[in-house]
Amino acid sequence: MESDQRRVISLLVDNQSGVLARVSNLFCRRGFNIDSLTVSATNDPAVSRITVTITSDEKALQQLVLQTERLEVTRQVFVLDSEKSLERELLLLKVESDVHNRTELREIACIYKAKIIDLSPDSMVFELIGRPDKLDAFLKMFEGYNILEQCRTGVTALERGGMHQHIQKPPQEVRSVQLPPPGARRA
Amino acid sequence: MQLNGSQIFVEVLCEQGVDTLFGYPGGAVLNLYDELYKNADRITHVLTAHEQGAAHAADGYARATGRTGVVLATSGPGATNLVTGIATAYMDSVPMVAFTGNVPTSSIGKDGFQEAYIEGITVPITKHNFTVRRVEDLADTMRAAFRIAQSGRKGPVLVDIPKDVTAAVCEFTPKQPEPIRTVTTYNEEQVHWAADLINAAQRPLVYFGGGVRSAASCQPLRDLLHKAEIPATYTLMAAGVVPYGDPMNLGMLGMHGCYTSNRAVAECDVLIAVGTRFSDRVALNPKTFAKNATIIQIDIDASELGKNVDVDLSIVGDAAYVLNAMLPQIKPAKHPEWMKMIQGWQAQDYHPVSDPTRLMPHQVIGEVCNQCGPDAVYVTDVGQHQMWAAQYLRHTKSRGFITSGGLGTMGFGYGAAIGAQMALGRQQRVVMFTGDGSFHMNLNEACTAVSYELPIITVIFNNSVLGMVRQWQTTFYGKRYSQTDPHRKTDFVKLADGFGLKGYRCTNLPEFQEAFADALQQKGPTWIECIIDKDEKVLPMIPGGGDINDIIME
Repeated sequence: MESDQRRVISLLVDNQSGVLARVSNLFCRRGFNIDSLTVSATNDPAVSRITVTITSDEKALQQLVLQTERLEVTRQVFVLDSEKSLERELLLLKVESDVHNRTELREIACIYKAKIIDLSPDSMVFELIGRPDKLDAFLKMFEGYNILEQCRTGVTALERGGMHQHIQKPPQEVRSVQLPPPGARRA
Repeated sequence: MQLNGSQIFVEVLCEQGVDTLFGYPGGAVLNLYDELYKNADRITHVLTAHEQGAAHAADGYARATGRTGVVLATSGPGATNLVTGIATAYMDSVPMVAFTGNVPTSSIGKDGFQEAYIEGITVPITKHNFTVRRVEDLADTMRAAFRIAQSGRKGPVLVDIPKDVTAAVCEFTPKQPEPIRTVTTYNEEQVHWAADLINAAQRPLVYFGGGVRSAASCQPLRDLLHKAEIPATYTLMAAGVVPYGDPMNLGMLGMHGCYTSNRAVAECDVLIAVGTRFSDRVALNPKTFAKNATIIQIDIDASELGKNVDVDLSIVGDAAYVLNAMLPQIKPAKHPEWMKMIQGWQAQDYHPVSDPTRLMPHQVIGEVCNQCGPDAVYVTDVGQHQMWAAQYLRHTKSRGFITSGGLGTMGFGYGAAIGAQMALGRQQRVVMFTGDGSFHMNLNEACTAVSYELPIITVIFNNSVLGMVRQWQTTFYGKRYSQTDPHRKTDFVKLADGFGLKGYRCTNLPEFQEAFADALQQKGPTWIECIIDKDEKVLPMIPGGGDINDIIME
């Protein structure tokens, strides 16, 4: 069995009230531990997109996809291939800052191409958009500083290119047409 | 034509072919009930004693016929009383549509009198649910509810209708019901592989569940067993799909299944699982279940494939279509060595020994079968009596054994028996088995059976304790009988008199024979209390998490 991996799943669902409650209720009931979840409108007003990140093995992922597909509100579920998709997350970070450390903080922001969107005599607010690992790296730079408040949006993602080869269901596995030796299934 | 919400409600029910619904009136559904009053010639409404009984009745109606059961309740407590019934139907994939009233749309969310957020409450126990906020949406929402309940893997759907929607008027256009959508497609290559595996098998075994109860899938399943001489075992939900006495029928599987079935699962080389979900009452230990076998799983619900037990080949599809496609590719075969092994195990199967000094469950059940013949429909509550009924009844009909399997709902039986009797007509023999524990939960529904003159015969196994839990306490908890000996003094004969039905009490087999024969002659409901020993056990038993090596035979 494959070890746990971080995966991004995109759900296209009916845009109606209560959809998020149904989807999150399902995840809760089936015990799927979600890293992040975002909901947004799409170009089709009847459809919303829910982007979920989960750290799981292949079997738990397959169950999540299949269980989600059973919901009446679900139109399509696909697991994004991280090689072929764009993932972005937004971070807002408020750090304690005064005249003494303002310059060094600006330098960190400059290197990471983060924007300073608010400045007060005792604080600074940064805005950074990027892949989640970039946000993680940026946050690591603030370990020695006093973070006052922090907010991340969770991942939103799209596949690259115009053509979409969505994985609707994980392919069903067939081991062998011949009888395998006893116990092969769990070997 | 211009109709109000209540008229639309009745029109769509008729459009969907609903002839009977079960329910209980209340403030929020007064308009609907007024319309049902005017249409009493088109739709029979059965008034139960409690909404839970109505939900179980709709469930029993659906299980007995395959048609969608319909239940109607008022807002708030009426709606919440349905919850156990809906969850019971959901766990056993029973098609049901539940309608609830609600406070007017303008009051929703303001904690008005008898308001409950039943849509939110029932999300995890329905296939889908709706709140109808505009009368213009009512007809299509109801149609969608019936379609969803019957399509693919069946299950309950709830439609919540605020009171103002039942009074508002809009244009109504009648529509024919949509054809039921099942999964007619399957992967042909996978079916071919499955046939190859079965043809190459030395020790094949079929294990089937509630997914093959429909008439369309029973026959191809039986054909498969006989064409290639494949013995079969079944779950509680599928008793009767392959009839009693069929040489390929090994008996029930699982915790209280027979020795042969459990042993055969452990020894087979190819296991063909059809319409079943490897529940923890069957695959008690998912790691060792059928450990020597290549497992083929056929199910209509893709999310069941490999969910509980890893399988080698999974086929998504309706069992009827998949089996019919597979049959021509199956070569006629004989497995004499395998059948000989099985016959050897059958000699070791548990058979209770009759004791002339006391009344024993297997005697009672055997006598019921003798007197009722093969056409009776049996309903059970939950507990020891349920397992005895599953083990000792001679099941011959695929819809002839109605029991709460997945949720294991004590108190399910009487409501379900009412539903089955209403669905099949009063000339159909319906017998309910219950225990004194289960029966005390919902025996109030006896008044319903009296009102509607339903000739349900209830056989109460009275051991004066909560037998199934007590059996576990005996075996695993050092005989510390915590809260399983309620010291009840209920006199079931007097109680029967109070309800206006006939009651009998038996302490030995001749008394029971006489009482049952008399009950068969009655027009209305009857019940027969059978006094049995409180140490009577359900055997064999495999403890949870165990396998054939852990089987308890005495």
